Amino acid sequence: MKWASLAEFLAMGGYGLYVWGSYAVTAAAIALEIVLVLARHRAARRAITSRPDR
Amino acid sequence: MNTGINWFRYSSPQAFYPLAGAMAPWFFWAAAVFALIGLYIGFFVAPTDFQQGEAYRIIFIHVPAAWMSMFIYVVMAFWAGVGLAVNTRLSAMMASALAPTGTLMTFIALWSGALWGKPTWGTWWVWDARLTSELILLFLYFGFMALQAAIDDPRRADRAGAVLALVGVVNVPIIYFSVQWWHTLHQGASVSLTKSPSMAASMFAGMLVMALALWLYSIAASLVRVRAIMLERERNADWVKEPGSAPR
Repeated sequence: MKWASLAEFLAMGGYGLYVWGSYAVTAAAIALEIVLVLARHRAARRAITSRPDR
Repeated sequence: MNTGINWFRYSSPQAFYPLAGAMAPWFFWAAAVFALIGLYIGFFVAPTDFQQGEAYRIIFIHVPAAWMSMFIYVVMAFWAGVGLAVNTRLSAMMASALAPTGTLMTFIALWSGALWGKPTWGTWWVWDARLTSELILLFLYFGFMALQAAIDDPRRADRAGAVLALVGVVNVPIIYFSVQWWHTLHQGASVSLTKSPSMAASMFAGMLVMALALWLYSIAASLVRVRAIMLERERNADWVKEPGSAPR
């Protein structure tokens, strides 16, 4: 194992803020895209299935 | 050559809609698996960089996102161009579906680049050729989406967007070669097709696996988005409207 402890892993040799700041924002942005794209598809589907003519 | 498969079948939304729906989850979960492998390599296998220490580990998200930001733009412009040339409905929808994911990749590349620049260059941002051209790419994506949103008639929106996308393609080689053409702060390519990579094999492997993960993810997100766009645009078409053909 490269890292002696969890604390050392999180510290990233003093660059923790930069490394985890990159990965956390990436993960959040991708999660947001997943939520938005699924909601858009659901809304498009609902707009069709809820129409009076079907 | 007759393969027995009618490939043109899938150029129609009613045929592509269920196909895209069947493929999207596979691409998504494959992306998740590769992301886990890539992160494992990046954080537990790849060694510490002798110059940058652990800060370099941003590379495993930065470079793959930057690659995807350019690649998605080219694919988007390709589909926009096909739509412009042969007027197929699905091509233009593909272009529209790719733009938000391309924007996301560009944002990730710029964000992670800023967080990498601060500890290594001492600044979040410089008006370096590579950074500036990548920022222009972000504006091209925004411009494409804003232009399409501003035009009510979808066919006209497609054509206007396609012209913008195709003109903007010139920016992609500028981004790629910027580090050779202008000697500014951003480092040169660590990976090229002609030379072996100037980094440890495990670093290179982590980057490739993460690139594969983002590529698979981008396909999954675009497939779901193109399904939404198909329903939005074709809501009055028979394949959407008819009872019993309820889109899933």
